[in-house]
Amino acid sequence: MSRHTLSVLVEDQPGVLARISALFSRRGFNIDSLAVGPTEISGISRMTIVVNVEELPLEQVTKQLNKLVNVLKIVELDQEAAVQRELLLVKVKADIETRTHVIETVELFRAKVVDVAVDTVTIEATGSRHKLEALLRMLEPFGVKELVQSGMVAVGRGSRSISDRSLRPADRPA
Amino acid sequence: MTETITGAQSLVRSLEHAGVEVVFGIPGGAILPAYDPLMDSPTVRHILVRHEQGAGHAAEGYAQATGRVGVCMATSGPGATNLVTPIADAYMDSVPMVAITGQVPSAAIGTDAFQEADIRGITMPITKHNFLITNPAEIPRAVAEAFHIAGTGRPGPVLVDIAKDALQAMTTFDWPTHIDLPGYRPVTRPHAKQVREAARMIVEAKRPVLYVGGGVIKSHADLELLRLAELTGIPVTTTLMARGAFPDSHPLHLGMPGMHGSVAAVGALQKSDLLITLGARFDDRVTGRLDSFAPEAKVIHADIDPAEISKNRYADVPIVGDAREVIADLIVAIAAEHEAGHAGDYAEWVALLDHMKATYPLGYDVPTDGTLSPQYVIERLGLIAGPEAIYAAGVGQHQMWAAQFVKYEIPGTWLNSGGAGTMGYAVPAAMGAKVGRPDATVWAIDGDGCFQMTNQELATCAINDIPIKVALINNSSLGMVRQWQTLFYESRYSNTDLHSHRIPDFVKLADAYACHGLRCESPDDVDATIEKAMGMNDAPVVIDFVVNKDAMVWPMVAAGTSNDDIKHARDLAPHWDREE
Repeated sequence: MSRHTLSVLVEDQPGVLARISALFSRRGFNIDSLAVGPTEISGISRMTIVVNVEELPLEQVTKQLNKLVNVLKIVELDQEAAVQRELLLVKVKADIETRTHVIETVELFRAKVVDVAVDTVTIEATGSRHKLEALLRMLEPFGVKELVQSGMVAVGRGSRSISDRSLRPADRPA
Repeated sequence: MTETITGAQSLVRSLEHAGVEVVFGIPGGAILPAYDPLMDSPTVRHILVRHEQGAGHAAEGYAQATGRVGVCMATSGPGATNLVTPIADAYMDSVPMVAITGQVPSAAIGTDAFQEADIRGITMPITKHNFLITNPAEIPRAVAEAFHIAGTGRPGPVLVDIAKDALQAMTTFDWPTHIDLPGYRPVTRPHAKQVREAARMIVEAKRPVLYVGGGVIKSHADLELLRLAELTGIPVTTTLMARGAFPDSHPLHLGMPGMHGSVAAVGALQKSDLLITLGARFDDRVTGRLDSFAPEAKVIHADIDPAEISKNRYADVPIVGDAREVIADLIVAIAAEHEAGHAGDYAEWVALLDHMKATYPLGYDVPTDGTLSPQYVIERLGLIAGPEAIYAAGVGQHQMWAAQFVKYEIPGTWLNSGGAGTMGYAVPAAMGAKVGRPDATVWAIDGDGCFQMTNQELATCAINDIPIKVALINNSSLGMVRQWQTLFYESRYSNTDLHSHRIPDFVKLADAYACHGLRCESPDDVDATIEKAMGMNDAPVVIDFVVNKDAMVWPMVAAGTSNDDIKHARDLAPHWDREE
């Protein structure tokens, strides 16, 4: 099994997320992470889906996804040739004694403190999965009270865009 | 000024613009607004069925017999959920169908309102696409897109769910002149390089077989297939969904492959060095145990659905395209190979298969106790009704015998539920086929188990002058399940005895539905009874053929075993490798 990152351009229609997640589950695939949001083209959303599968089943699920009428394009982003980021918000115990240590760790990882209470700090961090895992390992000894993490988003390096011209509104008949 | 009409009127007008001639359905609360203008439509005939499942299978039968998109209609909640089985059936067998359902008013959606069911959510995995319409202005486009999606590419069912308030609201009608779905562009033209590669492999192969599936019928490629087979001399197998795609009378036809396929067809696939797969999908009922299926064969796989290629079996040469265009291009490419002096030599292979065919023909044992043999009934029916008739089967032993012992010569004359295996398909599908092809003789070959699931549509047939004929192969049991109990459960017949020799009395039942009811219990009466039914065209006919219940379907590849372990009769394995 290996991890694959799929970027999926979809029409921003009601039910499209359900169609895609249901397809993965029906065909027996587990989604590691899924993030969805708007793109530079209005009416088109982009999903970043991380799955853990072999090469052949990946081809099969990609073909099945392509059959969904609301799916416009699927690109597999090569880990080496893409910027991949996740967002982490974590609430860590930090009293007067430990707070400076926590903040030191935060700075080492170029993360940010976004909220402070008497006995906790809330930290925001973005980065690759590895970086966030490393940060969490460092924070765990202080005591993690709450943790929330986004799905991964990813974009290919270089000047090319996956939403090629054929998807742009100018080229679509009114 | 554009005329202002209701959403319901817009729906009916959309169906008219889509060229719909018949809708099978049942009204109810949420769809009620649509039924009012439907009453006045000059071109759309509505046939009131007795159960929504009947509407769905009728739409399928209509579609499979005519090649056009079948249409069914139901109300929200239970009306819509009763369509789920035929929708799933149409999805598995790639039948073009549009299902229109009413939905509760948009303000009530999500509140667990009376007769509310999330039919769009329910049917997501069993439709090619589906719509939930709450804005009446979107009705014409949704209907146009639904018909386009259902009928093009790999055909399939599309559901259009319309909220009641959208049917009631005022709107303007605007039929889209062209459809552009950026996420739906089926590839029909095959890639020339792949076709050339396939042609090269075909002329170099020693033991090629044409493995032909339902896609060949759907793309109307039967003439091209005949030409390809005759140009190359390559033997043909037709799957359960492809019966009729190639004439059974043709010397190159080996018959049906699969769990109950002929020894020659199954053996040809197992021994082949090249499968030329056209519009077929390596279903488990064809392949048996996948890891021992056609172990020496390279695979050319042509299908309009790219997701079928290399799904179950790796394709050495994948070809995405419409079967008809693929075969036409293959003919050209192979003819070019022939001209260049590269013609395949399959003489030895064809001789071996001919030997297999002659040694292990399809057959059956005639019961010695004077009871009626179900295979004999079906064989005689096929001969008397002939290849021009349309045959719709249910699911089980009678279906397999109908696939084996009726000889098909013409595409679109064999209708059945292949992928889903839906008992109860036959009667409503025959009804739909008869509506679409009123001049054809339409026989439902049904089992007593299947028949009792959907026979209420005989009322629909009798009232609407749809004179189908039903050959009821009454073995008083769930025959195929019973066969498995005989073979794999030590003849412990748990819940397979239907007692339908006594209850119901099918002749009286036919009579109650204003149909002709006949009974036949002796081999001597088979021909006369069928001929009598052939002459009855003023009302539907039901023949209760009371048959021997111990008859079994052979050959058989037991579920989960290898095709190599095929038995042509109980405990009898063919010898494929015997050299002459």
